[in-house]
Amino acid sequence: MSVAIKFENISKQYRLGLVSTNTISHDLNRWWQTTIRGKEDPYLKIGDINDRATKAESDYIWALKDINLEVQQGDVLGIIGKNGSGKSTLLKILSKITSPTTGTISHTGRIAALLEVGTGFHPEMTGRENIYLNGAILGMTKAEITRKLDEIVDFSGIERYIDTPAKRYSSGMYVRLGFAIAAHLDPEIMIVDEVLAVGDAEFQKKAIGKMQDVSKGEGRTVLFVSHNMTAVKNLCKTGVLLKNGTVDFAGNINDVVDYYLTDKTIRGLFNNEWKKENAPGTDKIKVIKAYVSHDTPFITVNTPFEIITEFWIEEEGFPVNVSMVLWDKDLNCVFNISTIQKPLSKGLHKATFHIPAHIMNDGYYIVQNYFVTESTPHFIHNNANSFEIVEDRESSGWHGKWIGAVRPTFLKTELTALSIDLDLKNT
Amino acid sequence: MEFTTEIKPKNKLFDVDFKEIWHYRDLYSMFVKRDIITSYKQTILGPLWFFIQPVITTIMYMVVFNGIAKIPTDGLPEPLFYLAGITLWQYFSACLNSTSSTFISNQVIFGKVYFPRIIVPLSTVTSNLLRMLIQLSLFILVYIYYLVVGVDISPNFYLLLFPILIIMLAGLSLGFGIIISSMTTKYRDLTLLFGFIVQLWMYATPIIYPLSTMSPKKQWIMALNPITSIVEAFKYGTMGVGTFSWEMLGYSFGFMVILLSIGIVVFNKVQRSFMDTV
Repeated sequence: MSVAIKFENISKQYRLGLVSTNTISHDLNRWWQTTIRGKEDPYLKIGDINDRATKAESDYIWALKDINLEVQQGDVLGIIGKNGSGKSTLLKILSKITSPTTGTISHTGRIAALLEVGTGFHPEMTGRENIYLNGAILGMTKAEITRKLDEIVDFSGIERYIDTPAKRYSSGMYVRLGFAIAAHLDPEIMIVDEVLAVGDAEFQKKAIGKMQDVSKGEGRTVLFVSHNMTAVKNLCKTGVLLKNGTVDFAGNINDVVDYYLTDKTIRGLFNNEWKKENAPGTDKIKVIKAYVSHDTPFITVNTPFEIITEFWIEEEGFPVNVSMVLWDKDLNCVFNISTIQKPLSKGLHKATFHIPAHIMNDGYYIVQNYFVTESTPHFIHNNANSFEIVEDRESSGWHGKWIGAVRPTFLKTELTALSIDLDLKNT
Repeated sequence: MEFTTEIKPKNKLFDVDFKEIWHYRDLYSMFVKRDIITSYKQTILGPLWFFIQPVITTIMYMVVFNGIAKIPTDGLPEPLFYLAGITLWQYFSACLNSTSSTFISNQVIFGKVYFPRIIVPLSTVTSNLLRMLIQLSLFILVYIYYLVVGVDISPNFYLLLFPILIIMLAGLSLGFGIIISSMTTKYRDLTLLFGFIVQLWMYATPIIYPLSTMSPKKQWIMALNPITSIVEAFKYGTMGVGTFSWEMLGYSFGFMVILLSIGIVVFNKVQRSFMDTV
């Protein structure tokens, strides 16, 4: 095995905020220091690590900091990390769209980046003309495209529309054609970024098949960036987890994905705990904990878990029921369940909502707790805590998002034959 | 294993990868083709627009500059005089306008795929050249008409300079264009400034008036404008009137070579990092 791509101390610095008069003074200062006085760039030394949640102390930020990585030839490397962790920046540097601030990347052969397929399609030109244009943009010669034209058209599955202007295409057709062109580039290194999020099942199967062919049969290297952990696990051999622009964890893909899913702080999830002095609540109720409890390292669609809130009752005999509203990330209410109301003694109490396996869909959820007394909300606890349920599905060739507010897989389904067509059987 | 490619923060000043540009020659021809096919799609008159623009401009100039302002035309028939200037100037300004916004108007595609960015302005200059040649045929038609009618216009041996004149115009517009586009990625003020300058530049070029109407001293100042000698040489070669001098033309050529070299170096430097500042 030989190394196909080698990243050495790759860093990328960005300037925060708008281009302003400040920029021109920094530019002049930089020019004065580096070109005239022959010193180091005065702004290169400073810079915060890339954490969106904290307030910036410097005008400069490191989107990537000292990335050292070797990718073996024929490997399928999954790059994961939450939004803003530096995945896209890394790919942009690798595909030469922007240059690194420090460091060197060495690689062999042609790189094809499927960062967004169909780039440079001209809406007024036909599919065929666009194949030539897009192919040329990706670095193919005209002769090469002509040789592969039939294959590309066939792979895209839009033969009927090939002489229609691209502006009449559906977005699905755009992607199919774009991916078909890029897939026939025959690059030594292929970068794939979330193209699987679009397209139907049949096309996803084709696209994934092509990716696997490329890496297995032809010994080419694939870098795959996705938020879809099922797809990443199924397709990749090794993985890299980026966090705030640095490599947090690298190794076998299953270890990397498990590490990522276990570490809540990476994904912006929160269990909450408060001291009694500053606990949310009223003079009668003080919430001190809101969290989810589960036996496994993380919650999947196949594991049961409990949503729990712990609170102090300050008034003896105060009648309360806890009503829990579960919201998804788009703030659609998934459901609302409640405990029964009863007078509570002064002291610590705990409300537990048991969620069985095989009912929730995968996704990001936010908990809101109503503390209700005599049918009126006494205290509403917004954003009490949040959690994520992870996809865990047998590979069926399709890696798209399972839709629906819930996914009650315990419901019985049936598929039965009503009659058998004898003619069909005979032929 | 040997690595074939290295990606580094900075490259050397004159590190222009001509081999890579050559590799993308098919992209260059595809861009030219795209510009030509798509410019008049879904128009009723189609390529006729190539002619309508110069015809109407010529008529306007005849009315305003010759008819009202009484500016002489070097003894030439007015349509011929104006068409000659308009054909050349429109080529120059069209190239300059489109190349000077290379980075800003292509930022979406440049942000997604890498290819040598210089391909874009190169192909623009070429597709505009084809348009210019079509418009030139209009000039030739009018020219033949006046020859037949018997007007005293005498084409001469300097006509052979025409290809070089066009290369000089292309080189100058490309050079100015890529320098402007490199400078405007960060500070947009320059876009406004240059848009304004190009408009006025035409009046500093002998398009609507002949250079011969000026005193020798003023002619010398006018010749500092590298376009001046090109326009005059064209008129001299085709119609035998105008001010031709090898020194002026040599100056314009040298100007073009230096400008283009600076432009390529600056452009090459900016293309590597402009996505961060645009």
